[in-house]
Amino acid sequence: MDHLALPTAMIETPTALADWVIVLPLVLALLGAALLLMLRQIRRMPALLAGLVVIAIIACEVALLQRIAVEGPLSMTMGKWLPPFGISFTADIFGAAFALAAAFVTLIVIIYAEGERGADERGDGFHALVLLLLAGVTGAFLTGDLFNLYVWFEVMLIASFGLIVTGGRPLQLDGAVKYGFLNFLATTLFLLSLGLIYGLLGTLNMADIIGKASTANPAALTGIAALLLLAFGMKAAAFPLNARLPASYHTPPTVISALFAGLLTKVGVYALLRAGAALAGEPGYSGTGFAIGRHRDVADCPAGGDCGDQFAPGHRLPGDRGIGAVLAGIALPSEGGVAGAALYVFHAILTMTALYLVAGLIERRTGQRDTVQMGGLYAASTPLSVLFLVLVLATAGVPPFLGFWPKLLLLDAGVQQAMAGDWADGALVVALLANAVLTLIAGSRLWAHVFWRSGVEGAVSEHETVTLRTPGVREQWLGLGASVVLTALIVLAGLWPNLLFEGARAGAADLVDPARYIAAFGLAEATP
Amino acid sequence: MDYALAVLVGLFIALGVYLLLSRSIIRMLLGVTIFGNGVNLLIFTAGRLTREVAPIVPTGLDQPAGPIANPLPQALILTAIVIGFAMFSFLLVLAYRAYQELDADDTDTMRLAEPEDTPRPPLSY
Repeated sequence: MDHLALPTAMIETPTALADWVIVLPLVLALLGAALLLMLRQIRRMPALLAGLVVIAIIACEVALLQRIAVEGPLSMTMGKWLPPFGISFTADIFGAAFALAAAFVTLIVIIYAEGERGADERGDGFHALVLLLLAGVTGAFLTGDLFNLYVWFEVMLIASFGLIVTGGRPLQLDGAVKYGFLNFLATTLFLLSLGLIYGLLGTLNMADIIGKASTANPAALTGIAALLLLAFGMKAAAFPLNARLPASYHTPPTVISALFAGLLTKVGVYALLRAGAALAGEPGYSGTGFAIGRHRDVADCPAGGDCGDQFAPGHRLPGDRGIGAVLAGIALPSEGGVAGAALYVFHAILTMTALYLVAGLIERRTGQRDTVQMGGLYAASTPLSVLFLVLVLATAGVPPFLGFWPKLLLLDAGVQQAMAGDWADGALVVALLANAVLTLIAGSRLWAHVFWRSGVEGAVSEHETVTLRTPGVREQWLGLGASVVLTALIVLAGLWPNLLFEGARAGAADLVDPARYIAAFGLAEATP
Repeated sequence: MDYALAVLVGLFIALGVYLLLSRSIIRMLLGVTIFGNGVNLLIFTAGRLTREVAPIVPTGLDQPAGPIANPLPQALILTAIVIGFAMFSFLLVLAYRAYQELDADDTDTMRLAEPEDTPRPPLSY
């Protein structure tokens, strides 16, 4: 029998025990969700168990992040097949840091939810779905395979479907129909572009795509990149594609909206960042199809800041996620731009969730969802007014808070490009600044409406015309406590941002020059 | 054969998009299914149409004897079908529940989340 000189296709040695840390968060989240589904009827049990599972996930992700910071991107391949045949889980600093932020935010949301969930809501599977959502989000952040990314998107989607209809009020069903159809369309478009990538490059492994994209037909690649931009743009709710947000995000209870605002759109942005890096082909990040996105973003920035739905379609409490600013960073073809975009995502995960949580507290105190009907909260609750003001300033990017640093990085990168003679980037800088100013105006005006005014809007707004509800002790401690912890983190991260800067720079360097990322798969020596 | 399938994929997706643009939820549901099937067919075509021989290496050989079918697109499609079916059944139940609660299967009359007489935004400063 003749022996062919075939390259090895199998991994002979078992995966090192320490490498399991990359899939452990997912395993924990999925097992936890299954366990919670069985134990959902027991009193207090689901929240306690879900909290413990998320704490374990956070511990794993801290360990993962520490390893990545020292050793660079980490990869683990399933099923003994060598990549690109086996499915790999690969985390770089961005993926691990976002996953950590997502898990932390989930923990806060679980604690907060305990304050306002009534006894009649027991057994509705809320905690199981939250863990499933976290599993989907974490999987999307940690995977190294595009088809696997699609699978995690769907896990995330089905969990969010479950959460958005929890309670089953007609309003929620209406919102869920629109949310469901538009999201389903977005993932199907993503699948469509995956089919085309496979047809063009013959691989779906992200590192392998980086290697092969430079030799592919650039016209076909640009088409695929545009399709991906459309699909992820829908996921990320970028400006012309954000129709599902105003239609659905305000319909579920505020805790669930907070979780969605913190996690779902950010995964879309991360996918855009990752796919952009993969399809750009040669190192240098001069993205092919993403140039299309770039000129659009100039329009997107102020739009995302103002008419999009920053702090509400007019009257509801908060909205926007600052997606325009993140896309601006992705569009800037430099390391600084990518670092700024990634830091912005990190900031937005924390700040947007906190803003929604505080808005939920305000809505419970006033019993209203319309800011026109609110007022007089300043006298009633000092902590609430301070929290809201801090978060508004953080969102607008006012210096001492976390929101300032990503905007600084983005502006710096934009100015450098503009100095090099690129007018489009100059326009981007102006748009970013306009976005910050408009956000500040919208936010402070909202603060004045809800807190400063004594009563409802109108001729008698100086008189106290609002009846405020006094919150229960439990609600006060858990709800306000959880929001304070999250806000404190935002303030502290803003005061000592050095670690974040280092992380963002290192991550951006790996994204722009993917040599270390590819090496993590063990593909560097395999590709000729 | 590849070209015929490519045209078929185009037809499926065009039909899916056309139905999705409709106002009736039932038509949109049909559109979602047809769109999804078009995409599955696209993945199948993207894997290249080779021989209808099972991709199994015979005993005693290191490589398949002749041209074989590409197994990967089939694995991808299988996953996509399962996920697509789960999503579709959820949307089906959701549409039925929405019909019960809202008494509407026309998206134009489903205005609970975005009421037409939206309250005015705050005007004072």
